[in-house]
Amino acid sequence: MKIQDLFKEIFSAISGNKGRSGLTILGIVIGIASVIALVSLGQGAKNAIQKSIQSIGSNLIIVMPGAQRGIGAGISAGRGSAQTLTLADADAIKSNISNISGVAAVVSRRYQVTAAGNNTNTNVIGTVPDYTTVDNETIATGSFIADEQVNGSSKVAVLGPTTRDDLFGSGAEALGKSIRINNQNFKVIGVTTSKGGSGFNNPDDAVYIPITTAQHYLAGGNYISEITVSAIDQASMTTVQADITTLLLARHQISNSASADFSTLNQNDIVSAASSVTSTLTTLLAGIAGISLLVGGIGIMNMMLTTVTERTREIGLRKAIGAKRSDISLQFLMEAITLTFLGGTIGIVLGWLTSLILSRLISIQGQVTLFSILLAFGVSTAVGIIFGYYPARRAATLNPIEALRYE
Amino acid sequence: MIECKEITKVYQTGDVLTTVLNKVSLRIDDREFVAIVGPSGSGKSTLMHILGALDTPTSGKYFFDGKDTGTFDDNELAELRRKKIGFVFQSFNLLARATVLRNVMLPLLYSKIPDSEREKLANEALNNVGLEKEHYYKLSNQLSGGQMQRVAIARALVNNPAIIFADEPTGNLATKQSQMVMNTFRKLNEQGHTIVLITHEHDVAQNAKRMISLRDGQIESDVAI
Repeated sequence: MKIQDLFKEIFSAISGNKGRSGLTILGIVIGIASVIALVSLGQGAKNAIQKSIQSIGSNLIIVMPGAQRGIGAGISAGRGSAQTLTLADADAIKSNISNISGVAAVVSRRYQVTAAGNNTNTNVIGTVPDYTTVDNETIATGSFIADEQVNGSSKVAVLGPTTRDDLFGSGAEALGKSIRINNQNFKVIGVTTSKGGSGFNNPDDAVYIPITTAQHYLAGGNYISEITVSAIDQASMTTVQADITTLLLARHQISNSASADFSTLNQNDIVSAASSVTSTLTTLLAGIAGISLLVGGIGIMNMMLTTVTERTREIGLRKAIGAKRSDISLQFLMEAITLTFLGGTIGIVLGWLTSLILSRLISIQGQVTLFSILLAFGVSTAVGIIFGYYPARRAATLNPIEALRYE
Repeated sequence: MIECKEITKVYQTGDVLTTVLNKVSLRIDDREFVAIVGPSGSGKSTLMHILGALDTPTSGKYFFDGKDTGTFDDNELAELRRKKIGFVFQSFNLLARATVLRNVMLPLLYSKIPDSEREKLANEALNNVGLEKEHYYKLSNQLSGGQMQRVAIARALVNNPAIIFADEPTGNLATKQSQMVMNTFRKLNEQGHTIVLITHEHDVAQNAKRMISLRDGQIESDVAI
């Protein structure tokens, strides 16, 4: 049997029963569409998370204080609570470690900030000029904190755009105005550019002040809450991380690295941890969608079995006029594959549209990859073969005499 | 050209063995027009199935063009049917959703004949059975019974088979229609086609030139008409 004859036969059979073919295809359409849409959204979520981690800065190593322990009591107050890191540690890292492009010490805490009758609760970050390099911060108007202001504990503040909007109104001029943090006056000297982001951990919702000012007037003490170090490239991150650990252990006079009073965190680790979480979620979602594809496949098998029964006499006739078993089984198998392939194609388009629409409704930008399209085609064809095989075999092995007598 | 020697066919239903054909031997030559008659249960349908290579005998040998079909596998039997045998059934067995022309071309699907040639062959076959051209593109279920059976004959004829088997071809037709169908068979036989007609109606069998009567799985008589 020639290929074009086969397709003519299949077209005539499928179009001869449009309603049933359509409903059967629908099962596959829904399965494929949900796989495409969910995988696309999973991919989008993964990209969004990676992007937001990258927006903190690149090639970062974060040094945090270790847990505070009561003397002899073994009670831990939680990681990061100890006051073990000082500005001197940050300076030592800056002058002793090679392959780094910036070191930013940070003291941060949330405070109620007021200005011109408005108030907001925001993250007040005490830091140094290097923060702009390390944290990818750029200035929209005015300037960032300068060395003199750090040395002189000046009461100046740089606002994130969201905080500016909250305090002075959207897009309003804030330069030279005064804000109150914890009942102390600060002069606004700059506003940073928006990094984008939303919700709980919005990088645009922050106030930056000199680190010394934060220590003297707000937090008290010499301690800092975090040192962010940026390595010059991704390749040197591991070495830099190890060097910092060695340096700080020596400075803190700790010989056993297991009892270190600080911890370091590598940005690559965060990215890969977050990626693996979203990948797992995507696989889970795709698995759930795959179940509907399985149900669709059973629908195909059901329809093909009905078709074979209905067309028993036709099969008998085809055999009587010389069709081989392989001709018959190929015809019915290809019919099933055509159904699932059609369903797969429509499903891909529908899944793509769904992902586009969802991307507009929620903040995740869905991404349909070539891989997921090829996978969808592959899976739908495989479903056709798997669920079409049994009905096709049944058709091929029918006894022609009994088939011709079938009522 | 076809010859069977002591063909026996036994069916088993549970523990009961039924002998449908009992050592039937016969020979049909080219250009013959044979009617196989007999009451229902005489084994004439089973005989036709074996002669038509749709079924195989339990014992005995069946030679088609001198070749022992007992040695044929499934695919070789299918090929024999495709190349040498045409079937006409009582209930026509046309594809309802296809046009007359497509129905007639159906056997050609399984041979490697080019598209243009197929349409020509189908047209010739339809012309030969006397179906008017205006019906060629109608769906087959829009025709009368007599017309449908002539389409079925054209289908049996289209691959120019050595022998045509007709199983009660007039069983579903009114007298006038049935007359027309039998005239077609006579005409085809005059053109040189070998025809084997299975029927239980004696006046239909009178159209043939030789009549084989079966009874209880054995040949009762074999006479020229």
